[in-house]
Amino acid sequence: MESGDASQPFAYAVGMHGSKFFAETRDNKRFMGVKCPKCGKVYIPPRGVCGSCFVEMNDWVEVGPKGVIGTFTILRFAFIDPETGHQKPVPYGYGFIKLDGADTLLQHYIDLEDESKVKIGARVEPVFAQERKGNTRDVEYFRVID
Amino acid sequence: MAKRVAIVGTGQTFHKSHRPDVNGQELINEAVQRALIDANLKMKDISAILIGNMDHFEGINYVDCWSVDGSGGVMKPVIKITTGGTTGASLAIGGYHMVASGMFEKVLIIGWEKNSESDTTGAITTAFDPIWDRQVFAGAISGLAAEAQGYMARFGACDRDAARVSVRDRKHATNNPHAQLRKEVTLEEVLASPMLADPIHLLDVCPRTDGACAVIMANEDVAGKICSVPDWIWATAARHSYTYLGDGDWGRLTSMEKCAKEIWKKTGIKEPRKEIDVIEMYQPYSFAGLIWIEDMGIVGHGEAPQYIWDGNTDMGGELPVNPSGGVIACNPIGATGLIRCAEAAMQVMGKADARQVPDVNFAVSTGFGGCMWTDMLLHGKRKPN
Ligand SMILES: [Zn+2]
Repeated sequence: MESGDASQPFAYAVGMHGSKFFAETRDNKRFMGVKCPKCGKVYIPPRGVCGSCFVEMNDWVEVGPKGVIGTFTILRFAFIDPETGHQKPVPYGYGFIKLDGADTLLQHYIDLEDESKVKIGARVEPVFAQERKGNTRDVEYFRVID
Repeated sequence: MAKRVAIVGTGQTFHKSHRPDVNGQELINEAVQRALIDANLKMKDISAILIGNMDHFEGINYVDCWSVDGSGGVMKPVIKITTGGTTGASLAIGGYHMVASGMFEKVLIIGWEKNSESDTTGAITTAFDPIWDRQVFAGAISGLAAEAQGYMARFGACDRDAARVSVRDRKHATNNPHAQLRKEVTLEEVLASPMLADPIHLLDVCPRTDGACAVIMANEDVAGKICSVPDWIWATAARHSYTYLGDGDWGRLTSMEKCAKEIWKKTGIKEPRKEIDVIEMYQPYSFAGLIWIEDMGIVGHGEAPQYIWDGNTDMGGELPVNPSGGVIACNPIGATGLIRCAEAAMQVMGKADARQVPDVNFAVSTGFGGCMWTDMLLHGKRKPN
């Protein structure tokens, strides 16, 4: 079976809460989380409903931009990135970042300039893209700060 | 009218990394025929069929539709369940509910996968949120590595402790003719194998497998007539924990904790470590063999490494885990959870041959997948009250 080159357009609504997050990152280089009125948990990524309390959330809280590594790994095996159809460049740092003031973790790249510094609890800061477009790539990666 | 439910027959295929000798229907049929023979039943005796796999893996969706020739589903009620890694265990729980409801007397449950026909990592990645999860996510291994890092930081375990689990399961697999990988490895070989995602080495993880499993459940009115020692299902539990990967409490499996607590409470089990005789755990990598027996309540947090080094989970130990060799030795994803269920049933029924644990009264089987979900079943030799 063969298939030729194909484009697969893909539309996905990130929602009002996600949109606000990306607009703020793009325009003001700041991260916005949302706080549950019932349990007080601050969520990143922001979303409309606290799953645990099953209530609507609309209280916005600025979090970060600095934080710590909550957990992480360093990807070293070759695999095809389903978003591009090409092999993902490895190794890369895969971080779960606990932004200051947030209760859940934001997933992003971690810079691997010095692998020995990449560990749970290490303090990190985001490196913003010069030209920001309102998507996850407005942050290029997080880097460990001494 | 609710009924008690028992497993009365099981069947597994010949497992291999690539089965070009059969197509999906034929692979499914291999497991179904063996389960029917095991239960001494004919397809006409079966009231309904539950089937599942990891839906988008093979690139052919709607398996319930195109596999009816092989599944035996022609002119029978057929239902599909697809819950990712937990699929096989979700199928078992779904089948249990169908029989327990009193609506169906004998249900045939089928889990299967031809991983050789998929890009597993790509397919798993597309099961996660396209915006927030996928940019950095790299299939199952990346999430599991994050779990292992969290566990090591919180409880002080190391990769050598995990390697001991891999050595155990790979040794157990040599007793199982249905395992794909049947080769012993040493601790040094595990630790020297290529690093896939820190701290997970190649020999810490499961392979990709083509294979299928079928299980027949029957209600209490007929189970004893079909089979002299049925495997009674005492309780089931399922928990889904969260939406985004970053919501996790990394380093422990909270869905496992909740499932185990529910099962012990439902069945009056006070000391699982003493009362359970064998566990068939959906353990896709070695670190889970440490983390999840703690979350299950077998030992306290941080105590698993010593418990495992002391041989307690080996064959002949206090509580053998994965006599079949488990997922590290064989992983046809949509079948994997159901294989755990079938292996636990075989232990209770006394049909596990070279991998039999003596005198099994209670066995546990689990399923794992998705956003760190858990499914769990308690199997027993005695008919539940
Ligand atoms: Zn809440």
